[in-house]
Amino acid sequence: MTTDLAPGPKVDPKIAATADFLDTRLGISKMFKGLGRKLFPDHWSFLLGEIALYSFIVLILSGTFLVFFFVPSMNEIHYPHDALPVTMQGQPMSEAFASTLNLSFHVRGGLFMRQLHHWSALIFVGAMVIHMLRILFTGAFRKPRELNYLIGFLMLITSLLAGLTGYSLPDDVLSGNGLRITDGVVRSIPIIGSYMSFMVFGGEFPGMDVIPRMYALHILFIPGLILALVAVHLFLVFWHKHTQYPGPGRTDKNVVGFPLFPIYVAKAGGFFFIVFGILGLMGATMSINNVWNYGPFDPALVGAGAQPDWYMLFLEGSLRLMPGWEVVIGGFTLSLNVLIPAVVIPGLLFTILGAYPFIHNLVTKDTGEHHVLDRPRNAPTRTAIIVAVLSAFFVLLGAGANDLIATHFSLSLNAITWAFRILFFVLPVVAFVVTKRVCFGLQRKDRELVLHGHETGRVVRFASGEYAEVHQPLDEFERWVLVGQDLPKPLEIEPAEDVNGVRRPGHTKELRRQNLSRFFYEERVEPVTPAELAAAHATGAHDALPASAGRDVHELEARSH
Amino acid sequence: MSIEQSDHSTELTEHPATFPNPGLPPHRPRLGDEDPKAAKRSERLVLLLFTVSVLASIAAIVGYFAIPVDPETGSVGNTRLSTLIIGLGLGLGMLGIGTAAIHWAKSLMNDHDKVEERHEIAGDAETRSTAIEMFNDGAKDTDIARRPLIKGALGGALALAPLPFLVPLIGNLGGDWDISRFKRTAWAPAANGDRIYLATDPTNRRIKASDVTIGSLFHVMPWNLPEHPNYLDEKAKAVVLLVRVDPQDLKETEERASWSYDGIVAYSKICTHVGCPVALYERETHHLLCPCHQSTFDVTDEAKVVFGPAGRALPQLPIDVDENGYLVAQRDFDEPVGPSFWERER
Amino acid sequence: MKALAASRRHRLAPVILMTLALFLTGAVYAALAPSSAQANSASADDIEEGRRLFITNCSTCHGMDAEGSDTVPSLIGVGAASVHFQVITGRMPMDADAPQAGAKPPQFNDEQARQLAAYVATLGPGPGIPGEDVVDPELGNAAEGMQLFRTNCAMCHNFVGAGGALSNGKYAPALDDSTPIEIYEAMITGPQSMPVFNNANLNEEDKRNIIAFLISQREPNPGGFNLGSIGSVSEGVWAFLVGFGLLIGAAVWIGARSS
Repeated sequence: MTTDLAPGPKVDPKIAATADFLDTRLGISKMFKGLGRKLFPDHWSFLLGEIALYSFIVLILSGTFLVFFFVPSMNEIHYPHDALPVTMQGQPMSEAFASTLNLSFHVRGGLFMRQLHHWSALIFVGAMVIHMLRILFTGAFRKPRELNYLIGFLMLITSLLAGLTGYSLPDDVLSGNGLRITDGVVRSIPIIGSYMSFMVFGGEFPGMDVIPRMYALHILFIPGLILALVAVHLFLVFWHKHTQYPGPGRTDKNVVGFPLFPIYVAKAGGFFFIVFGILGLMGATMSINNVWNYGPFDPALVGAGAQPDWYMLFLEGSLRLMPGWEVVIGGFTLSLNVLIPAVVIPGLLFTILGAYPFIHNLVTKDTGEHHVLDRPRNAPTRTAIIVAVLSAFFVLLGAGANDLIATHFSLSLNAITWAFRILFFVLPVVAFVVTKRVCFGLQRKDRELVLHGHETGRVVRFASGEYAEVHQPLDEFERWVLVGQDLPKPLEIEPAEDVNGVRRPGHTKELRRQNLSRFFYEERVEPVTPAELAAAHATGAHDALPASAGRDVHELEARSH
Repeated sequence: MSIEQSDHSTELTEHPATFPNPGLPPHRPRLGDEDPKAAKRSERLVLLLFTVSVLASIAAIVGYFAIPVDPETGSVGNTRLSTLIIGLGLGLGMLGIGTAAIHWAKSLMNDHDKVEERHEIAGDAETRSTAIEMFNDGAKDTDIARRPLIKGALGGALALAPLPFLVPLIGNLGGDWDISRFKRTAWAPAANGDRIYLATDPTNRRIKASDVTIGSLFHVMPWNLPEHPNYLDEKAKAVVLLVRVDPQDLKETEERASWSYDGIVAYSKICTHVGCPVALYERETHHLLCPCHQSTFDVTDEAKVVFGPAGRALPQLPIDVDENGYLVAQRDFDEPVGPSFWERER
Repeated sequence: MKALAASRRHRLAPVILMTLALFLTGAVYAALAPSSAQANSASADDIEEGRRLFITNCSTCHGMDAEGSDTVPSLIGVGAASVHFQVITGRMPMDADAPQAGAKPPQFNDEQARQLAAYVATLGPGPGIPGEDVVDPELGNAAEGMQLFRTNCAMCHNFVGAGGALSNGKYAPALDDSTPIEIYEAMITGPQSMPVFNNANLNEEDKRNIIAFLISQREPNPGGFNLGSIGSVSEGVWAFLVGFGLLIGAAVWIGARSS
């Protein structure tokens, strides 16, 4: 039966029957009414999360291809004498490694799919990290989006696990040493470490079980988990409606942008094909993880420049920087040289990262909903904290590549290690101070711009003989971006003692919170107020460069008379 | 202007504390909005990009069929070409669609900003009170408030229910859980008391002491280890580095004086940090360097740590020479090899 | 000039030119390539010429009788292979006080290097310069060579011979330009930080297999550009430079308003 849709607008007869079929079964008209013209703000940085999403789809597609040709087994075989590459012929290796070689050299498109998969993995994690930084820098994690931030954070952790398990599957020397390091780290955990090592490997390292186990996690459990988290993440993005950058006409109560259908279907859909295309070009032309160069796993072997993929490199770096501290307490060994860099430091980093929105709420007592983003310069302390943590992260990345830095820049490995040890503590402090100053500088520059307008490059000479450059005042739309911010103020608390001189309970706690709040908000550059602007226009004072040509002549003439 | 100037003193009170939001700026028309020729150009570009995509996809399929990579006719060059053509075809095919769609959206579709109101995330007071009422009704239906025992029983049952799943899962993962295996290696003399010969890795040739000239480095494993049923597990613990230095350079304690032979010393190759093979031997400084985390050990001084994150010296394998001049292990290592673990000293 | 210009267009010109080029290449090769006879025995003239070269170029540091000093190694008994390797790769004469002597354009040609080597070989017995067939990669097995290379060499020189770092500014050099003879000589003599791999450790066949493996690594990578063959760090750098360069470029294009 068909439903009569009249009266009202008529749907194109070519799709009417399909639309009707779907609506009577799924109620798509209701869905389309709710979502079809939903607005999305335009900004390049809002596409970073999409890069992650799309590279995840590419990962699933290329991964499915690989699953059909990969054999997750550690049984030993000898590589056939007629198969490529020549350097592997007749060599003993696991079936996992042999099938990786076979699918690279003798399956048409197999090597491309492997490279596509690996590049997508690097881009996937990278896009998540950059997306997360965008969220942090612009304050998009604030109420009501704290929980969605947490889901995104969980996705980052899960994808690191996906990377670790996938990296190990080909069973080559490089990934095997990665597993060996994992084993060393697991063993360092107090009390249960040895047993956890047995749990991972089904006995001693390397055993016969770890590849099939990692395989099950890599192709089933972890992607399933990520998919579920992606679904919730995207649902919440729709539910909350997207944040927007400050701009004329944009408030915390509206969204300004383009409708999902047709603009964002075309833009976001088109971007999927662009991401896929770029990853495809990388997979076609840039070799990655040439396992035939490393050869099958053998626990006696290692190569110079043995490093993990970039997202694990910071762990490698922190392991390299740590001095060799090991203590024995009551006969039990505590490997601080492994425990601190590989368990404590990442644990601390991830806890702070995951909890940041809640720390923010606790410190600022900020209870309002925020849908308009901060420009990073307008939150100087937060921006400085992020840059400081990032600088420590970069030090660890550098330390993870210290041998390559040594050979490529002809430096001493030991000197570099010492330099990074010091930088790890010094650089974040420097980065914090400098970033904060840069933010204030940029805010002051914004003030100057609002007060005095754009330089036009046009110099006029007045009757008095005085020269001045003509400044073009900002129109109200451009100005709004620079003056619209509502900067939070530090917490005000009641005095320690009430009027009767009795100590107020809970005062110490409040005092602590106030100090934190002051750390964030005390030092500030207020945006220009209408009164200040008018004053600047009126006197042309500030830096003696008048704001408009007309007044230039007026004032300067008046002054000279 | 002149008014502003004259009323300077009073204007401060006239201005609001902050600027008002000016609202959406006026729409700026694109070239194609006003010039039909520009719009036509955009249309042609979109068509061209879709065409590029079609051609690239076809090229990938042709490349798939045209280039053989099977063992009989294939070569590394063919694999390279096949990868390149299939990849480029797929990549350009995707890029064509993407750029065409976006160019279409940007240059031809309506680009007027639209505004939508947000609703507060939390329900309004009425919704909230209805929800609370519904919840309370439901809770009352369960009658749980008057029967607290059920609540406790439910909690207890739920807490225990996952265990029949988790205990077998975790219990089976660790195999025999015999962590004392960390402390034994394949250098322990055989059951019949035969001592184990040192052999080259991977060629499995026994080593004569006279072959180890000063400055040489031998990568060593127990002789015939590849025949061991758990070959890789044992190799992961048993590999050894053998070097000969001038006996005068060796700083040996009394206790270890008998562990070396005429300047030949054998140390575990497995790093005491996290277990990478410590394989770099610098002949002039007699330092062993781990390429993973750069722990550096001094071969002449009982492989003590001189740099890097390792906390302990490399364990030394006591060696000897048999009647034919072949190197042989006196016995197993005196301490566990490889990375530290909690029960290591026990 | 006119005649030359005209003959340049003659249809036989390419053939003649090609023949000439081939002949020249052959002549140059014959002049430069070491003959196997030269490799094994040196004439008294060569030794005398080598002594002259030694006195003028090497004795300042190594001493008139090559006896060395506290800081400079003695050359008595190092053998011809060691001298030939150090000189032909440009490591010696050493030009600056660095953590180690690096390879640079050689100061002597192969003939002079062999004369020097022949002279030093007379001072004491040591490994000699190998003959062409001993190091011929065609006769080696690259698969066996890879196994040996991975065990004995890769931890310093990287899996495909791209080089790596040692402690305190020293390094294991990249091997992509090394000739088979140089690779052999390095193994048998252990220059500087490198340990010695004598024939009891890696026999001549093992060494030839390793050479065969290293030469086989110079073919193009089946996956595309090799990005320096230094592994995950360079892959990460390229992912960010190329991958995110393009992706963020595309995102900016999408986010910008059309003109």
